[in-house]
Amino acid sequence: MNFYALFAQLLELAIALILAPILTGWVNQCRAWLQNRSAPPLLQTYYTLSKLFHKDVLLAHNASTLFRAAPYIIFSCMALASSIVPTLSTDLIFSPAADAIALVGLFALARVFIALAGMDVGTAFGSLGARREMFIGFLAEPALLMVFFTASLISQSTSLSTIVETLAHNEIAIYPSLAFAGVAFSMVSLAENARVPIDNPTTHLELTMVHEAMILEYSGRHLALIEWAACLKLFAYSCIGIALFFPFGIPEASDPASLLIAAAILVFKLAIGGFVLALIETLSAKMRIFRAPEFLGTAFLLAVLAMLVHLLLEAGR
Amino acid sequence: MSPSLIHTIPLSGQVINLCAAIMLLLGFAMLSQRRVLTLINLFMLQGLVLFTSTLIVAITTHQNHLLWSAGLTLVLKVIALPYILHRLIRRLSVKWDVDTLLNIPTTMLVGIALVVIAFNVAQPISHLSGTITRATIGIALACVLLAFLMMITRSKAVPQVIAFLAMENGLFFAATSATYGMPMVVELGIALDVMVGMVILGVFFFQIRQQFDSLDIRHMERAKEQ
Repeated sequence: MNFYALFAQLLELAIALILAPILTGWVNQCRAWLQNRSAPPLLQTYYTLSKLFHKDVLLAHNASTLFRAAPYIIFSCMALASSIVPTLSTDLIFSPAADAIALVGLFALARVFIALAGMDVGTAFGSLGARREMFIGFLAEPALLMVFFTASLISQSTSLSTIVETLAHNEIAIYPSLAFAGVAFSMVSLAENARVPIDNPTTHLELTMVHEAMILEYSGRHLALIEWAACLKLFAYSCIGIALFFPFGIPEASDPASLLIAAAILVFKLAIGGFVLALIETLSAKMRIFRAPEFLGTAFLLAVLAMLVHLLLEAGR
Repeated sequence: MSPSLIHTIPLSGQVINLCAAIMLLLGFAMLSQRRVLTLINLFMLQGLVLFTSTLIVAITTHQNHLLWSAGLTLVLKVIALPYILHRLIRRLSVKWDVDTLLNIPTTMLVGIALVVIAFNVAQPISHLSGTITRATIGIALACVLLAFLMMITRSKAVPQVIAFLAMENGLFFAATSATYGMPMVVELGIALDVMVGMVILGVFFFQIRQQFDSLDIRHMERAKEQ
């Protein structure tokens, strides 16, 4: 633990907080271009956030303390999650504190609180959204864990820093298991971030909402925090995808020069990733909620296959 | 230790392993596919992957007869058979309807169990084999079993035929990875068999449809009572 590690850690947190709304804006912009609409500005999410922060909070009469505390808890979970994932450097002071499994736990904690908050006021749409969210979550979580286990089997550690170091800095080798895990991970992240095949982030129709239905009762700074947390979640998932499947260019050291290069590479990769996400969203149609088990079941199957293929092809006998 | 061990495999072996993994992935994709048109495209992709891996084995091991098999795969399984199938489904107009006997998630779970069995069964065989591709025998066996499963769980005739062809893909892959391919005569014979089988089944489709107004195999059970 040294000064640079602390600096890298703080920088990573700051970059996550700043870049996350821009990433969401970029995805929306690409989506608008692909659909022949005129695109909103890149900083649109910031404008929305600042508008929401300036508005008053309107609470339902029967809202409990949990309803008021949930946005802060969800936001801090997501901020912590995005600072754990090694994107700028693998030499971070938080990395011994939380491994891949703890990261999945953090996402689960945020999910539980947002579902509870959705049910707290007692409106029909809130509990409907909460039930759907938990339904998707409990199918997506095992698949996500299996993806992490595959990466852990390859690097023989569940610590994210070690995984990224092994994948980025060893001799280049083709890991077929990572290809499977990559497909599984992209399916899980589409479902977890309320993206098109499972949920439409821009929907205005309450009956098809999942994520939006839970936060219908929120307003003002609470809503702003939840929206920001959603951006951070997308950012964290993109960073996990980059760290596991395209880790080239993430330095081990954390001196200022390599941090600067790493940041440039990160922005480049995120831009490509955001475009691909917009492309997927444009090309696919939202599926019925009852098709979600099939979608996520396929993701789980691919993740299990990744482990099996790793044991057959890559592990020695 | 796995991280160090993978680097002992030469690059061509790694590419072949990747091809094997993609074959398995395509096998599962076919198992879960509801549309006949996509099924044919997946079958074509599987043929393409098979061609690539056979070509790599042929080049790295200097087995000239494998070059011929690779060429045969390309002509037959990537160009000819998908073309015939596309024409068939256009004339039969059965682009969309695939209904499965088991629901798809259950089929997938059975598929995973089959893969585990195949990997375990193939392990002693691959110890005996001395080829660079011996690790992929398990995957080839899994592809064969998955195609079997697809044949069992589909009720329509066209997906069953595609499953049959996919099974042949798996067998061919197994032969290449276990022993660097069968003798040329056997391979030519099999290729011809598949071709002829395809033609006969094509005629058969029309006969079934004329008789029962549907390609559902379940109608055949009634036929013997009449």
